[in-house]
Order: sequence, then C-alpha cells, then structure tokens
Amino acid sequence: MGFEVIFKGKNFIRLLSGLCVALRISVISVAISIVLGIVVGMLMTLKKPVINAVTRVYLEIVRIMPQMVLLFIVFFGFTKMTGSNLSAELSSIIVFSFWGTAEMADLVRGCLISIPVIQYESSKALGLSRLQTYVYVIIPQIIRRLIPLSINLITRMIKTTSLIMMIGIVEVLKVGQQIIEANRKSAPKAAFGVFAVVFLLYFLACWPISCLSKYLEKKWEN
Amino acid sequence: MDPEIIREYIPIFTQAFILTVKIGWIGIALAFLIGVLCAFTTYFKIPVAAAAVRCYVELFRNTPLLVQLFFIYYGLPAVGIRISAEVCGAIGLGLLGGSYMTESIRSGLEAIPVIQTESALSLGMTNGQLFRDVILPQAFTISVPGIVANVIFLLKETSVFSAISLMDLMFTAKDLIGLYYNTMESLFLLVIFYVIMLLPVSLAGTLIEKKVRYRMFGD
Repeated sequence: MGFEVIFKGKNFIRLLSGLCVALRISVISVAISIVLGIVVGMLMTLKKPVINAVTRVYLEIVRIMPQMVLLFIVFFGFTKMTGSNLSAELSSIIVFSFWGTAEMADLVRGCLISIPVIQYESSKALGLSRLQTYVYVIIPQIIRRLIPLSINLITRMIKTTSLIMMIGIVEVLKVGQQIIEANRKSAPKAAFGVFAVVFLLYFLACWPISCLSKYLEKKWEN
Repeated sequence: MDPEIIREYIPIFTQAFILTVKIGWIGIALAFLIGVLCAFTTYFKIPVAAAAVRCYVELFRNTPLLVQLFFIYYGLPAVGIRISAEVCGAIGLGLLGGSYMTESIRSGLEAIPVIQTESALSLGMTNGQLFRDVILPQAFTISVPGIVANVIFLLKETSVFSAISLMDLMFTAKDLIGLYYNTMESLFLLVIFYVIMLLPVSLAGTLIEKKVRYRMFGD
C-alpha cells in the first residue's frame, strides 16, 4: 500500500519536521492574534462610530475573503507594489495574524457583550473604579468563556496553515510530494501511504486540542 | 493597473468563476445531505452507524481540506481509485462540509428538551407529528446560524481547489501572474470575483437568520 516508504531512511523525521514548520507558523500567528484580538475586541465595544465602522469593514473583509486570496495579495501583490521581497514565511504570518485577529476580536466582543449591563452598574454603585470593575468582575468571567474558544482557534489556525504550501514553503505536504517523487520507481503506490500518513499527522495534531477545548467548555459552562 | 488588460481578462475569470461556483454549490448540497443523514443517525443513536458517524466527524473536522483533497486526488489513484478533478473537488468539499453540517444540525436537534418529546407523546401525538410539528421547526431555527456560517466557510474553502489543478479562480489568477506577470490586474479581478461570489451569500445569510429568528421567537 506504500506505507513502507515512510520508514525508509529519514523519511518519517522529514515529514515530522515539515509538520513542525506549519505548527511553528500557527503558534506565532495565534500568539499575535490573541493579543491583538483582545485589543480590537475591546475597541469594538466602545460604541465610537468611527472605530465601529472600521472594525465592521475589517470583519466583513475577513468573513468573505478566503485566506488563500489574502495570502496571494500579500505575497505577490506586496512584492509587485514595493519591489522589495517579502519572504513567504513572513507573509503567511502576516495573513494568518490578520485573519486570526478578526476571529479573536469577534469572540472577545461576543464575550464582553454577553456580560449583563447590571454587573457594570452594580460595580459602579459599590464604588469600584472602572479599572477595578474590569479586573475583579468582568475579566475573570470572560476568561473562562474565552479560553476554550481561543484553544479552538489554535486548531483552526493549524488547519489553515496547510495553505502555506501554495506559496512555496516546504511543509509536510511538500515533503510528502518529494518523498513520492524520489521513490517513484521503487514504490509506485507511495502516494497512498504518504498522504494517508499526512492526513493522520494533521488529525493527531488537531484532535487532542479540540478535545481539550470541548472539555474546558463543558467544565466551565456555568 | 491597466484597464485594457482587466477587460481582456474578464472572460477568462468569468469562466473560472462559473466552474468554482458550480463545484462549490454541488459540494455544499452534498454536505447538507451528508449532514442531515449523519445528524439523524446520531440523534436516534442507531448502533454502529452512530459510532461510525462520530469517527467520520472527528476525522474530517480536524484535518484541512487541502490534505483531504491530496489524499483523494493523488493518494487514491495509487490503489486504483481514479476520480476526475471536478468530482474530487465536489466530493472533498462535501465530506468536509458534511462533518460541519452534522455538528450544526445535531446541536439543533439536541437543544430541544426531552420534556417536549414526553409532553407531545402524552398528548397522543404520533412519532411523525412529534417530529414534524414539534422538534423539526425548533431544531431548524437553532441550526440556521450554524448552517449559514458553514455555507460561507465552504464557499471560501473552494479556493483550495487549485491545488488539484482545477481551473478555478485561484488557479487562473496564479496562472496569469506566472505567464504575463500582470500581478495587480489578476489580483484585483480575483478579489472582485470572490466578493461577487460571497457578499450576496453573506448578506442573504444575515437576513435569513433574522427572519427565521423572528418567526420563531418574535424578537
């Protein structure tokens, strides 16, 4: 079935290091997205018309533009416009952070407006300052709702980073193709085995994280 | 940007657009069908089949479409299963979407409290009436936002088709950039055509969500 190719020489290690490239980019992008997303999400609840209009347009762009199109715009368009060369890895981090920030901001906004107004009013009536209200009342509640959702964002980010192959970064799919090419004569059925293993590797990377997210969500439901 | 070149490219992009939309919506229809079947299988806890559905949903929700397409398009022919790129795109999108639709529809069905089933049965409703008049209308209302989000997500995922050399929008743009180096014009048309494809769906989705909510809950 073509599975024997995987364990020939250093092939399996090469596949894993290919997966690590994708995972590294997703971890960096998620970290940036979470920080920026919290800031943008809080800005969105301020009810300032200009900020509202800008963030609405931003969210709508991310909602309807495929990540792949954004990737092409940054990777090809930026190079063409400025004449300087943006590395594929940097452009993918920019695009995935741009996308992740919007997703995260929407989650943060959803959590913030789900806190009843009465809690803000009660804190004010008790004499808490604005900062104290946030630190002692609002943020502890939000964090419990936000953590499972942000963990879920990580799995979505990992799945999205598989696209980097399309702008020429050598990651797990590309390594898989190279292995198949190199063994075309000796193992003609390698394509099945290699892509089945890649499929499984992605599943093993994402599944535990989704399970954790579901578990935390259930645990902190109330 | 050169308007002459853009005018010249529009027919090429229109052709790619039609192909992308066609395969996209066939995939979505397939996804909905799979979703309904799988959701009912888990809802009625049909032995073995329900467990198989769980495995399928977990497997496809936790892997990227690109990897699934590579497996179907490049992996399966090695063991003798050969599928054309267009069919492969529709099947891949259908399988990915099916797992998401299953979750959306199932969560709608499970949100109906058991007491409603019990009450309906104690009022003498048949199973058919219970389903048609009590469970389905409510479950559907709860599922609609999820289904709309899935449709938009799946239409965006069509951009991955270029990886299996389907002549879709993405492939056309990449091809033209590579051939003639008219980067800005190609990217501009790419964005415009994706806006044409997704903006109406996004707006209609919001409208449908509101309408359904209003009819059900009146707010």
